[in-house]
Amino acid sequence: MKLELRGITKRFGSLVANDQIDLVVNPGEIHCLLGENGAGKSTLMNVLYGLYAADEGEVLLDDEVVHFDGPGDAMEAGIGMVHQHFMLVPVFTVAENVMLGHEPTRAGGRLDLEQARAKVREIADRFGFHVDPDAIVEDLPVGVQQRVEIIKALSRDAQVLVFDEPTAVLTPQETDELMAIMRQLRDDGAAIIFITHKLREVREVADRITVIRRGKVVGEAEPTSTDAELASLMVGRSVELVVAKGEPQFSDALLEVENLEIVDRDGLVLVDDVSFEVRGGEILVVAGVQGNGQTELAESLLGLVEPSSGSIRLDGVELVGRSVDGFLREGIGFVPEDRSVDGLVGTFTVAENLMLDRLDGPPFVKGASLQIGARDEFARRAVEEFDIRTQSIHAPAGRLSGGNQQKVVLARELSRELRLLVASQPTRGVDVGSIEFIHERIVATRDAGVPVIVVATELDEALALADRILVMYRGRIVGIVPADTPRDVLGLMMAGIAPEEGSKVA
Amino acid sequence: MSASDDRPAVPAESPSVDPPGQGAATHTTKEPENRWSTAFREIVGGSWGVSVGAVLLAILAGSILIVATDENVRAAAAYFFARPGDMLSAIGSAAGDAYAALFRGSVWNYRADSFADGIRPLMVSLNYATPLIGSGLGLAVGFRAGLFNIGGQGQMILAAIGAGWIGFSLQLPWPLHMLLAIVVGMITGALWAAIAGVLKAVTGAHEVITTIMLNHIAFYLLFFLLATPGLLQAPGSANPKTPPMQSSAVMPKIFGSGYHLHLGFVLALLAVAATWWLMERSKLGFTFRAVGENPRAARVAGIDVGRTTVWVMVVSGALVALAGVTQVLGTSTTGFSTDVDAGMGFDAITVALLGRSNPVGVLGAAILFGAFRAGGATMQAAEGIPIEIVTVIQSLIVLFIAAPPLVRAIFRLPKPGSAPRRKAGDPAKEVAA
Repeated sequence: MKLELRGITKRFGSLVANDQIDLVVNPGEIHCLLGENGAGKSTLMNVLYGLYAADEGEVLLDDEVVHFDGPGDAMEAGIGMVHQHFMLVPVFTVAENVMLGHEPTRAGGRLDLEQARAKVREIADRFGFHVDPDAIVEDLPVGVQQRVEIIKALSRDAQVLVFDEPTAVLTPQETDELMAIMRQLRDDGAAIIFITHKLREVREVADRITVIRRGKVVGEAEPTSTDAELASLMVGRSVELVVAKGEPQFSDALLEVENLEIVDRDGLVLVDDVSFEVRGGEILVVAGVQGNGQTELAESLLGLVEPSSGSIRLDGVELVGRSVDGFLREGIGFVPEDRSVDGLVGTFTVAENLMLDRLDGPPFVKGASLQIGARDEFARRAVEEFDIRTQSIHAPAGRLSGGNQQKVVLARELSRELRLLVASQPTRGVDVGSIEFIHERIVATRDAGVPVIVVATELDEALALADRILVMYRGRIVGIVPADTPRDVLGLMMAGIAPEEGSKVA
Repeated sequence: MSASDDRPAVPAESPSVDPPGQGAATHTTKEPENRWSTAFREIVGGSWGVSVGAVLLAILAGSILIVATDENVRAAAAYFFARPGDMLSAIGSAAGDAYAALFRGSVWNYRADSFADGIRPLMVSLNYATPLIGSGLGLAVGFRAGLFNIGGQGQMILAAIGAGWIGFSLQLPWPLHMLLAIVVGMITGALWAAIAGVLKAVTGAHEVITTIMLNHIAFYLLFFLLATPGLLQAPGSANPKTPPMQSSAVMPKIFGSGYHLHLGFVLALLAVAATWWLMERSKLGFTFRAVGENPRAARVAGIDVGRTTVWVMVVSGALVALAGVTQVLGTSTTGFSTDVDAGMGFDAITVALLGRSNPVGVLGAAILFGAFRAGGATMQAAEGIPIEIVTVIQSLIVLFIAAPPLVRAIFRLPKPGSAPRRKAGDPAKEVAA
């Protein structure tokens, strides 16, 4: 089935999220929609899926204008969507999830589970997915859950498949498998829209590439284009993808983590006997697929999670057992993984957020009262220095774009005397222009002699920033390797396969 | 940059991250909590337009009730088709007379001969407003910090016990005695509220439950104290009532003995200013608001959420206690009984809602409610309209304020204007693109 979007325009108030977008996707083609976060890709797909009504323009299926009032209509017409965050019921089985919303029934309204099972088996066999229809979804690995989403779409006879940032949660190996599946679906005649901002994946599977920037189609590219060409199309100028940084100049500062163990409330070991050191002036990247203990490790370095055993020493001073405030007073800068939840108070102004964790005393607090003048002056300087794009320092921080929110967090954390910086996924959901800037600031902190820990789930970021890379899998350290370790070795390590002995010591 | 639409707010992932391979399927489970806390924030912190609109709508609905129960209107309705003008004029005079009486009883008595008599209704209104200001401020501080303090009744009772006991039992010179009674009353009320704060901080017990339970405990504690000779009961009496306050502990009348308005009103105004400063300009208030808006970010910023919760309850309880103190030392100084709170702990919820949890807004809302109460009495006396109509209007105000966010939360409707012409529920939650 051929899909065509013609002149789609979608406005939110004064903001034009989609501006006269044309897009044609033919059957048997993988069409890549490339653009930074905030470029308007997801808005466009929500228009296609009937979640938003376009202000102008029309959607055509096989050259006929169609009109969708909701996802139900879109599914009916043969459009399936695989979401970045899976829309599955964790406690249901695969078959139950697949039939959800479309339940086959027997006489008397009884569910026909057997028919759903058969459907799952049939689709799984056709594409060589190894999925048990009776497995409980929450027991399945992420990659398999994603296949359940695909089966769900295919079970409704979807002929146009939209993959919305499908690789964000996958290991490199799982990503490769997904790409193989996408090729197979294409060869089977499906029209595929693949939304991503990862350049490597685009070049690997795309038949055609459309680049969107600020709500407009800015060009088409060939799969043979280089990373630099694609990136410059995305951001409108050429981007340095590699961070310029010299050899580490070590200082005397030292973070030592020894035999750290973190156990959750159910007794599950999340961080298992982890020991490492970070010296002042180097960046240690903690890599791994999300959910392998990196989050808890990072949080324990700010006292947010109390380890069940082990020690954290900064310049020889034991920190375990202190309150968060006690950690902050030692000069620890912390960039949380989820800035909108943990890093900012969305309803507070930019200026208020810039002083959120600096209530200890001057310059922002004198006695019991806030120093509004000092706060606003600092905010104005920070907005300028960190190029935070906001209407005013009194605008609510929640209204800023992801990249600018992250700059607010960084401005706050980097504007004081630091003895350790812990940054969790500092560029997640941040546009390419801001990534460069954020990376520069992190490297500048390292060059000032501060030990820096960056938690990264994307290999590109790990390789760009790291002096050394620590890979975690199921709460354990798989290995600590130098930054020039080949990608495929790191990929295997992220799947829990230790590198050959000898390269383990870095 | 169009990030707001491209990356909708995704419900927070659970803080305890799932074991490897199970990360993605848990998103939906957190959603309801988010939905309700959003509704809570919208109800307690919405826009001024909603407040004004709610009052107008409630008054309109109140007039319908007045008109529908008016005998002249009903009599005229019997021959409506013969002479419709009769019914219309009956409607006009019923509603008009009622609100004229309300105005006469609450703001300015235009039938009085002198200015001194004409202004008396306003003084009565302000007098009724005094305890509502304090208790409304207490509730508002809680709302801003994300806490729903239903314990106004208990805190007022404890404040009355503290202030009252000092007030009738000690022998001290005037300003000192009164000040001591005020301070002790506020402290006992604050400590009573702190119990709920500590329970929440340590055990996670919800403050709505604990404050309601503490109301009952406070009520029966006062009942016991009043019924036991030698404690609060007036000597030589079998009634459950305290002795009158000593004159050295009583708050003086502001405009002389001709008017009821007493020093408590000035204290309430000071409390408005102090609360504004606390919430907008002080470090403590900053932590209150941070914890109320986003406790997780507050925790990451090194704010001790548990300790802040206790402090919020202490401040909230102290402000509510001010209401209890002014009742026993200012409004009725002849001793008090178990009905000392007069339901004001609950009226305060309405006042704080209508005032948008903003100190100045609370002041306005409290005066409006004081006027309703004062004018309602005149309305009953002059026009025979039951004073309950005032309660109906107050309840309707709450309904109109609370309903839109509540209805949206229940039916998962999108916020009007946020995404026009959309049929399904919030796609941010469904698609999480």
